[in-house]
Amino acid sequence: MGADVELVSPFVLEYAYKRSTGPVIGRFLTSLRDGRIEGVRTAAGRVLCPPVEYDPDTGEDVQDFVEVGPCATVLTWTWIDAPLRDHPVQVPFAFALVQLEGADTSMLHAVCAPREDMATGMRVRAVFRDERVGSITDIAHFEIDTGVSKDLVPNEATEPITRFKAPTRLEYVVAAGATTAEFLRGVLRRELIGRRCPSCEKIYLPPRGSCPTCGVRTTELVPMAQKGTVTTFSVIRIPFEGQVLEPPYAAAHVLLDGGDTPLLHIVGDVDVDLVRMGMRVEAVWAEQLEPTLASVRYFRPIDEPDVPYAEIRGHV
Amino acid sequence: MALRDVHVAGFAQLPNRMNLDDYDEAEMVQEITAKALADAGLERSDVGFTCSGSNDYVMGRPFSFAMAIDGLGAWPPIRESHVEMDGAWALYEAYVRLQHGDVDVALVYGFGKSSLGSVDAVHTLELDPYSLAPLGVDPHAMAAMQARLLIESGETTEAKLAHISCRSRRDGNKNPNAPHADEADADALLADPYVREPLRAHDLPVRTDGASCVVLRVGGGGPRIRGIAHIIDAHQPGFRDLTTSASATKALAAAGGAGGVTVAELHAPYTSQEVILIKALGLGEDVTINPSGGAHAACTPMVAGLTRIGEAALAVRNGAPAALGHATSGPLLQHNMICVLEAE
Amino acid sequence: MNERCAVIGIGQTQYAAKRGDVSMPGLVREAAKRALEDAGLTWADIDAVVLGKAPDMFEGVVQPELFMAGALGAVGKSMIRVHTAGSVGGSTAVVASHLVSSGVHKRVLTVAYEKQSESNAMWALSQRFPFNPPVMAGAGGYFAPIIRAYMARTDAPDHIGLKVAVKDRQNAALNPLAHLQMPDITEEMVRASPMLWDPVRYLETCPSSDGACAMIFSSDGSEVDNPAWVLSTAMRSEPMLFPGRDEVNPRAGADCATSAYKDAGITPDQLDCAEIYVPFSWYEPMWLENLHLFESGWKAIDAGHTHLGGKLPINMSGGVLSSNPIGASGMIRFAEAARQVRGTADKHQVDGAKLAMGHAYGGGSQFFSMWIVGQERP
Repeated sequence: MGADVELVSPFVLEYAYKRSTGPVIGRFLTSLRDGRIEGVRTAAGRVLCPPVEYDPDTGEDVQDFVEVGPCATVLTWTWIDAPLRDHPVQVPFAFALVQLEGADTSMLHAVCAPREDMATGMRVRAVFRDERVGSITDIAHFEIDTGVSKDLVPNEATEPITRFKAPTRLEYVVAAGATTAEFLRGVLRRELIGRRCPSCEKIYLPPRGSCPTCGVRTTELVPMAQKGTVTTFSVIRIPFEGQVLEPPYAAAHVLLDGGDTPLLHIVGDVDVDLVRMGMRVEAVWAEQLEPTLASVRYFRPIDEPDVPYAEIRGHV
Repeated sequence: MALRDVHVAGFAQLPNRMNLDDYDEAEMVQEITAKALADAGLERSDVGFTCSGSNDYVMGRPFSFAMAIDGLGAWPPIRESHVEMDGAWALYEAYVRLQHGDVDVALVYGFGKSSLGSVDAVHTLELDPYSLAPLGVDPHAMAAMQARLLIESGETTEAKLAHISCRSRRDGNKNPNAPHADEADADALLADPYVREPLRAHDLPVRTDGASCVVLRVGGGGPRIRGIAHIIDAHQPGFRDLTTSASATKALAAAGGAGGVTVAELHAPYTSQEVILIKALGLGEDVTINPSGGAHAACTPMVAGLTRIGEAALAVRNGAPAALGHATSGPLLQHNMICVLEAE
Repeated sequence: MNERCAVIGIGQTQYAAKRGDVSMPGLVREAAKRALEDAGLTWADIDAVVLGKAPDMFEGVVQPELFMAGALGAVGKSMIRVHTAGSVGGSTAVVASHLVSSGVHKRVLTVAYEKQSESNAMWALSQRFPFNPPVMAGAGGYFAPIIRAYMARTDAPDHIGLKVAVKDRQNAALNPLAHLQMPDITEEMVRASPMLWDPVRYLETCPSSDGACAMIFSSDGSEVDNPAWVLSTAMRSEPMLFPGRDEVNPRAGADCATSAYKDAGITPDQLDCAEIYVPFSWYEPMWLENLHLFESGWKAIDAGHTHLGGKLPINMSGGVLSSNPIGASGMIRFAEAARQVRGTADKHQVDGAKLAMGHAYGGGSQFFSMWIVGQERP
């Protein structure tokens, strides 16, 4: 790996959120699980479906539940030829706003019908999934209303729905950016290269493309020493979600010799109880280098006298 | 109590491009703020309040705005705030802040990147988490349902939408800050397949990376903010009339109306949304729409709205007696801001 | 300033690890409806809504002001969403108060919330973003070295952190809304609790909570007979990392405080009490010094000056150490300051409080927001 390394990487942000529903959404989802659709009535008499806890016009609490549908009218629609991963139907279908019988608002959902039969104003009917869990997708989709409803597969569950899982997944392609890429190419050569601000002449490591205090672009590259001093630290003794290292370990601020900003890194090869402020350390590189600062596995103590506290006091 | 007169003293943008990979957040902010201050003839030390708009999910990580302040030279410490919204709302916050009399210059910026690839998914995640987001509905599908309502109610046609796209992209090609778009005549575009019927590729916004910055100043000349207001509508698409924008109409009234306006910069990512806004704002044929190419030709998340206000200010600088900048947020024009600028 | 600004309504939810009984709209409405009731107003009386919370990744909803517009009665009105990291609850209140003091709006509702139980904050904050160094320590591990630096600099004895941890939980026992209820807590219990991020122990840290806080501001305060008057607001920011940065005593915090006192026309010794943002017990002594409240923070604590009944009671509500719905935590500080001068702080009321301060901070101790509220109309 060298100067031509491609510093672009995929990144996935993925989590299954746990949604608590509260009484109104909970009842709506419980009804869906039981194969019925309910709306809510506002003080003004308007029936909202999908239900919300409040009248959107006034902010006041909604009053009572009203069964709506399962038949509905398509108010508008669009056709999806190639469904996306997150779409509720995985064959060509329509997204539509459908107004359920008895409701004064429309609800967004999927309609499955031949493309040539899709039309605004068409009558459709909710089709429930066989296995229902208390989700808006318990309605599998709507289909053309033939006047006959399919038999509902009964559901054994009786507990009211109070929560559901909401998995989310976002996919990114992240580029390192010119300043970071230059630094990381140095890392791949086992070099630590800072940047100096032309105005205050301070050196930043990791480098900043813009000096945070002066607001001007940094320009000069400065290869840094790989020895430094621990200015302060903490011993991490608990595991946490997303953690890469096995506790206990020492997370320290390491001020490299000649540098101006501390680097947040690990101090290793030493009993964590012996780590101290003023301790002299040097970088230990990984065998396999990667384009992040993790290529420095940790800093380890070196056989030099501690730096007196007075000299590091100004560096937190 | 009378409000203080606030002027757009400076405006700058990074060119909206398909990809600004080389810049990180701080570098984008460093460059646009320096340029906008130069445009205003001011120094960083003149700034009394700084406010920005950006979105963590667009940038892929929490606190992306915190990294961006490294571009400001925020030392000694500055008065600073941030909205998780388009930069236009940061401008609104700054406008309100300037009313207090203790500071006279505000720096406002927004930044965003579409090239990270997630903008559509981010729009899905802004939908109601109980009844909409679980359906995974994408923003193009949402816009298409709105467009169909508009077409079937006789407000527009697919051909008219194609003409809007042609005009926007032609104007965008004259704007060095918009990306290059291939130009085609409307008839040719109508032969293309639908992406989300009745919308074709040319009806969708060109998603870009970018950043823009406006310098506001009390007094000192330059386009004056005659009125600014924003209003939000109900969220659920089935709870409101999608063929108009009640909130845009109301915001314009609250901003004092469009009297004398000859140029309007509308934050209408989709061609159909331009039709809706023109109607909701009552803009006549004598008003030039989106001379920059608009947000349709260059749609940078968290930036396109602020840029509309900046472009409206440029129109006033270039001789328009008054110009209107519009910003939107949320699905199907849910939240709308109007800023009317006029020559002094 | 064109107009005055008065706090005329305050509403808070019950704070808890998990509010599984409400949706997100239900949570914010619980706080907002209580604030309306407190002010004797209805939704229709409100002109604008300002919403604040910490990163959207905590709940996985992007720009939640959009789907919450109806829940907060904001449809047909203006709405702003503020996000300034941990200081957000405070800065949200500041932005909302400015809508009134500028003369733009007459009555404004502000709400801040977090529903941490929808996800895991550590997950959201520990994502390994490409090309960035691995997250080595999490939030506590980030602040622990700063605490160590404070201890080294001031020779503060180890028991100071224990004392603050006990004091705030004893105060929380007087506040039925507080998440942690540990009336029998002792210094020994704190000392014996697990060391998490040495030198920070488990009971010296804040919990993770669900909750929301709301306030209503008006320009003339005539809606109620005991408004709290906003005497000053201040916000300051500085970069997270630069040479010579003093994160133990950050200048942005000190400048923010100086500005807040000056604009209120007071000196810090005039304050009757203060709610400051203390997510780890050691941040109380640090902020006491940073905010010019005591020359030596730890000595003031050791002398009992910050207890209820002391010279300057701090975090009468139990503080962030007892309830921490992150995005709301700053606003709760501001709201508690207002409750004190309104005389509505129930069992944690400081007798005769006339002047109080609310404070919040965020990021790497780099974003600060504050206000001073008073009983007397300025």
